[in-house]
Amino acid sequence: MSEDEDGGGGSAKSRGGGGAPPPFSDQVLEIVLENVLQFLSSRRDRNAASLVCRSWYRAEAQTRRELFIGNCYAVSPRRATERFRRIRAVVLKGKPRFADFGLVPINWGAHFHPWVSAMAAAYPWLEKLCLKRMSLTDGDLSLLAHSFPNFKELSLICCEGFSTAGLAVIAEKCRHLRVLDLIEDYLEDDEDEMVDWISRFPETTTCLESLGFDCVGSAVNFEALEALVTRSPALRRLRVNHHVSVDQLHRLMARAPQLTHLGTGSFGSAAAAIPQGGNNVVDLMSTFAGSKSLVCLSGFRDVAPQYLPAIHPVCANLTSLNFSYAEVSAEELIPVIRHCHNLQIFWVLDTVRDEGLQAVAATCKDLRELRVFPLDPTEDSEGSVSDVGLIAISEGCRKLRSILYFCQQMTNMAVVTMSKNCQDLVVFRLCIMGRRRPDHVTGEPMDEGFGAIVMNCKKLRRLAVSGLLTDKAFAYIGKYGKLVRTLSVAFAGNTDLALTYVLEGCTKLQKLEIRDSPFGDSALLAGLHHYYNMRFLWMSSCKLSVRGCMEVAQRLPHLVVEVIRERDEDDDHEAVEKLYMYRSLAGPRNDAPPFVEIL
Amino acid sequence: MASLLVPGREDYGLGLEETELRLGLPGGGGGEGDVSKNSGKRGFSETIDLKLKLHTVADSKEVVMEASEKMKRSPPSQKNILPCTNDPEKPPAPKAQVVGWPPVRSFRKNMMASHSDKGSKEAGEKSSNPAAFVKVSMDGAPYLRKVDLKMYSSYKELSMALEKMFSSFTSGNCGSQGMNARDFMNESKLMDLSNGSEYVPTFEDKDGDWMLAGDVPWEMFVDSCKRLRIMRGSEAIGLAPRAMEKCKNRS
Repeated sequence: MSEDEDGGGGSAKSRGGGGAPPPFSDQVLEIVLENVLQFLSSRRDRNAASLVCRSWYRAEAQTRRELFIGNCYAVSPRRATERFRRIRAVVLKGKPRFADFGLVPINWGAHFHPWVSAMAAAYPWLEKLCLKRMSLTDGDLSLLAHSFPNFKELSLICCEGFSTAGLAVIAEKCRHLRVLDLIEDYLEDDEDEMVDWISRFPETTTCLESLGFDCVGSAVNFEALEALVTRSPALRRLRVNHHVSVDQLHRLMARAPQLTHLGTGSFGSAAAAIPQGGNNVVDLMSTFAGSKSLVCLSGFRDVAPQYLPAIHPVCANLTSLNFSYAEVSAEELIPVIRHCHNLQIFWVLDTVRDEGLQAVAATCKDLRELRVFPLDPTEDSEGSVSDVGLIAISEGCRKLRSILYFCQQMTNMAVVTMSKNCQDLVVFRLCIMGRRRPDHVTGEPMDEGFGAIVMNCKKLRRLAVSGLLTDKAFAYIGKYGKLVRTLSVAFAGNTDLALTYVLEGCTKLQKLEIRDSPFGDSALLAGLHHYYNMRFLWMSSCKLSVRGCMEVAQRLPHLVVEVIRERDEDDDHEAVEKLYMYRSLAGPRNDAPPFVEIL
Repeated sequence: MASLLVPGREDYGLGLEETELRLGLPGGGGGEGDVSKNSGKRGFSETIDLKLKLHTVADSKEVVMEASEKMKRSPPSQKNILPCTNDPEKPPAPKAQVVGWPPVRSFRKNMMASHSDKGSKEAGEKSSNPAAFVKVSMDGAPYLRKVDLKMYSSYKELSMALEKMFSSFTSGNCGSQGMNARDFMNESKLMDLSNGSEYVPTFEDKDGDWMLAGDVPWEMFVDSCKRLRIMRGSEAIGLAPRAMEKCKNRS
């Protein structure tokens, strides 16, 4: 089947953009242009090219292969599919990020259905789909599986609404499937009606390259899984769920020594007792030794510490290690981490304490991304990592680009130190879990620390702040955070000035999410000049009123201003508890649930 | 048998200003849950009218929910337990939790919570009762939900949660916005509803029979309920006599 479904002659009719077809000479130029533009892959470059003139707009629309929709409500499926006719890959994002933390009510929206329906008609040659925070049903998956005969890659991240029944249809009908990655999705699963989807993959050799189902809550048919792995010679990435025991993992690894990415499932035994003493570990270790291509390890859901040494043979090759579900102490971590000189990405629980982080800093000189999650994600938990660990990391890992750090206490000095040592920082997210907590040594607000970050880290694009912060911190952010695109604020600031500084100063700001901060209507109105440049603004539990939000809605007609009201309107009809606003070509959506009011 | 006097039952006779999503309550008069007194029409009397009054779910649920591996996300409508102070000098009160803070994904929180569940299992004790998950379907809704009945202590709480879950699918279906509970008591009015947009909650019990929810005491309901279905009123008419008979047999 030819690549080009529009065919050759008469192609002028099929060109997007509407209006009369251009004269012949222009058509030739457009064809030449298309041939050039097809090498342009960056969507930002393509967006720029499409603005040059109508001819370039058409040529770009014809040659774009990947469609990125950062907000599924910013444009209608019809409009997108009418403009871009030859799309092979789609990325589609739905709910605001604060939905991950329970701040967005269930049934808010982000339904995949209208998109898959439109794409089924417009893009029969669709190959790849990546959905993030979308709501999709088994019916949608079925439509997908039946509509795209050449479908190759499906990634679902933080999605919900579907079940193993939907997975079964995908497995069965998508005969060219290479990638099925399920990442932190919520499956609608039922013990009685769990479907054996693994058995539905074709019985012949498959072209599977990546299979990740660590978020699927129900056990899979292990024999079928093992058989599937055996007949998938191209498989490089396998992430199993916690129902797969370490013994079963052993068998899978033996079938697939060519794996590069492995999600280990539980890494513990189903039975608490360890049979045959240390032999199991030795066997496991030799299996790992045989997996010479492994560069990425994750899983470790119920890790039995005595199995950890089994991964030593691969540590030197690892570039990515995810221990963030493993309650590993410093003593257990150190023997492992000291082999990991090539590690670039490390996710871990704070159970390793500052001491564990010091060991990371001592060995992982190439570290680019660090995430330290709290074992006990509550405000008054013990807090096992602190400014000490942060300083150690900053001194040892100079190439750090991205950090997410949960702690209970922090100092300005540590943050300033990191800002000076890690000049490559692009993402800095510090979460001091106790709300409004000051520098635990000096008692001062954390303004200076975050100020140093925006001042010294010239490449910074994403920032999340916490701790006790006055307006001054935001003055710094507005003044120095010229490249910041994403900003997350919680329980911070004193007055409207803080938000005003940000809206006026951060010229590249695209995503702003704020909760529980004392910002009101006048601050909101300070951003009118900028909101069309942003993907969205979220503000919850601030001091907004309907009047202020209404004014924004009136002054900016292409902004959809959603007010989300969950409780009875007992007292305050004027106050806006949750505001979510975003630019949109589609206008107010027609699928808004009753608790959403669009102003 | 525990009495199922539910706050708001007083409204029953007075007429509600707002129609509320509720499951059927037992006993016409001051019944102490003596189910044999139920009449068929009672089952429909306080039927669900999915008028989408969104109520807050009890705050204590958050702690219970996080202990449950299968719970999908924190209930979004919880009040902040700690009043949000704007005074930066004031330290936050200890032990009080706020929705979505610290910002750890619910997914991850549930994973870690299930770890601690497992820990207590291995220690030979289980601190909480096993969860009672049941599927909930609503006629016309494109997908099912699951609820853990142990999370709720009364029909009212359950009904509030269900209402939230299915609110988006009922927005077009509430033709009878102005009705009050008094109307429901009228059996002839019931007939009018048969082709209307009202919904009734029903459940499948251990015997495989479909019953109207609300007939039996809450604890008994939790024990015997295997799944829930929110049916169109028109389809549920046949259920009432069966429910009544079964209840008569039980009492």
